[in-house]
Amino acid sequence: MNTVVLSWRYLWARPLAAGLNLLLMTLGLGSITFVLLASHQLDRAFERDLAGIDVVVGAKGSPMQLILAGVFHIDVPPGNIPLADVQALAKHPQVAQLIPLSLGDSFRGFRIVGTTPAYITHYQATLAQGAIWAAPMQAVVGAQVAAATGLKAGDRFEGSHGLGGGGDAHGHTPYTVAGVLAPCGCVLDRLILTATESVWKVHEDMHSGDTPLDKEEREALEAEREVTMALIRYTTPLAAVTFPRYVNSSTGMQSAAPAVEITRLLGMVGVGTRVLQGFGAVLLLTAAMGVFIALWSAVRERRADLAMLRMLGAPPWKVGALLLCEALWLALLASALGLLAGHGLTAVAGWFLQADKSVVVDGWQWVPREVWVPVAAVGVALLAALLPAISAYRVDVARLLNAR
Amino acid sequence: MIETLGLRYGYPGGAGLRFADVRIEQGGTLLLRGPSGSGKSTWLALAAGLLTATEGEMIVAGQPLRPLGGRARDAWRAGAIGLLPQKLYLSDALSVAGNLALVYYAAGLPVDHDAIARTLDALGVGELARRLPAQLSGGQAQRVALARAVLRAPSVILADEPTASLDDVACESALGLLRQSAQSCGATLVIATHDRRVAEALPQAAELIFSSQNGINPASMGPGPL
Repeated sequence: MNTVVLSWRYLWARPLAAGLNLLLMTLGLGSITFVLLASHQLDRAFERDLAGIDVVVGAKGSPMQLILAGVFHIDVPPGNIPLADVQALAKHPQVAQLIPLSLGDSFRGFRIVGTTPAYITHYQATLAQGAIWAAPMQAVVGAQVAAATGLKAGDRFEGSHGLGGGGDAHGHTPYTVAGVLAPCGCVLDRLILTATESVWKVHEDMHSGDTPLDKEEREALEAEREVTMALIRYTTPLAAVTFPRYVNSSTGMQSAAPAVEITRLLGMVGVGTRVLQGFGAVLLLTAAMGVFIALWSAVRERRADLAMLRMLGAPPWKVGALLLCEALWLALLASALGLLAGHGLTAVAGWFLQADKSVVVDGWQWVPREVWVPVAAVGVALLAALLPAISAYRVDVARLLNAR
Repeated sequence: MIETLGLRYGYPGGAGLRFADVRIEQGGTLLLRGPSGSGKSTWLALAAGLLTATEGEMIVAGQPLRPLGGRARDAWRAGAIGLLPQKLYLSDALSVAGNLALVYYAAGLPVDHDAIARTLDALGVGELARRLPAQLSGGQAQRVALARAVLRAPSVILADEPTASLDDVACESALGLLRQSAQSCGATLVIATHDRRVAEALPQAAELIFSSQNGINPASMGPGPL
């Protein structure tokens, strides 16, 4: 028999109290784990998607909408911009790289994005099978899209009009899957990529109906060609000062700096994260009080047991250690269960987000900051147990000996 | 062997107890007699090293208690003293055998399961080893507590009112077991009691008579042989 075993026995001698305290602590630690995991992964996803994009240029409207639509693909774009203007921007001396994006169609809720292969190389994504498109109406699908729809190289599919799914099908202009991307943990995972020309072709064919276009009509359409937005990397950081002003004042387009908009967004969403974290902290505090009360009443109820140990010759520190060890048991059990619950909850949230074709959150990922969960649990439990342990340390044996 | 010289104990707050000198040879029996609150339990606590005398010296099992520090006193008590308190203090979290194992835990020793089984058998409660204290009758619980007291063959057994709530038959058997257990390990037996039946059953025992007067309790040696 040793302190570890004995404290375990003492803990479960009162199963209801022990179970309730364990539940309280588990809830607190679980919600903290969830917030840690989810916020870490969302931050990471944001960082990854934003990397190397200095400014997004698109139609006038809400700059945040432009960023959400263009970088994270979780909002509809404000409108389209003329291809000619974008081509002019590409020649601007402060622009190092310009990736055009054309939105408008989707396949089973996954967006079809007309772009250039530079979009794929920008995120350093690699192909799991097939190749990048060589001609219009060929597509490369992201890993999550492939997993959800079963598309593989060589398959054909029809896009439907609109970003949400359920729009009219573009029946007579089907796409052929040229390749499938390996998972990159970035926004490409849930996109279908194709050449910009494909998007033009689909829509020009749609507008023309069944009658073939004559040369004049086609030229007119080509002159009016548009893209939805352009992701731009600067040649010099100094461009951040002048380039957005140039776009906003000298062209009919607007520029939005992702860094600025995301800071603004996280400022708004951050309130939610902080509320969640606050909830977790309150739960943990409640749990700590629970542990304190449990151990305190345990000391009162077990005064006799502890006194008997002293009568049998156990030194005071051993009696105090017994209670601390009981608190440690609670902390360790609650940490294990709390981490499990937090990961489980994140996995469930991730499943819902994935079904929503939104950000990828993985429940079975280990985040370094999680080591603070057991640390917090042990700290809280020890703190809660300290006073009872001291009381046990000082238990007045002689007086208890007189008890009838 | 127990010997006291000019023993006094003052409770914080003023009330003081003065105890008559005692000398009991190893293996002898001492009765502490007197009404409740006359200082018998205090004497027991002093003998067990749970309290420290304010004056005088007490030598228990050859060990002068005054010079012993807290830690040394705990260690000494674990080896030399078997305590049978009036309230038995059996832990409900543990089985009978587990309660006895606490003796080794408290002393920081590996548990001797054979000794536990032997001692329980000797006291006729061997088959109760796996029961919880809540499932025992009063008499069984007292036997278990006695087994706990004599488990490591102490030099001195201190029993506080062991017959308080027992009928005559149970009283006789309890005293018989106590004496038998003390004899089998050669222990000095000290019984604090206000029960006349104990003195009648143990006519050979030395007696220390306690009385209460003006808050001061001049204990005196009784008629028994020293």
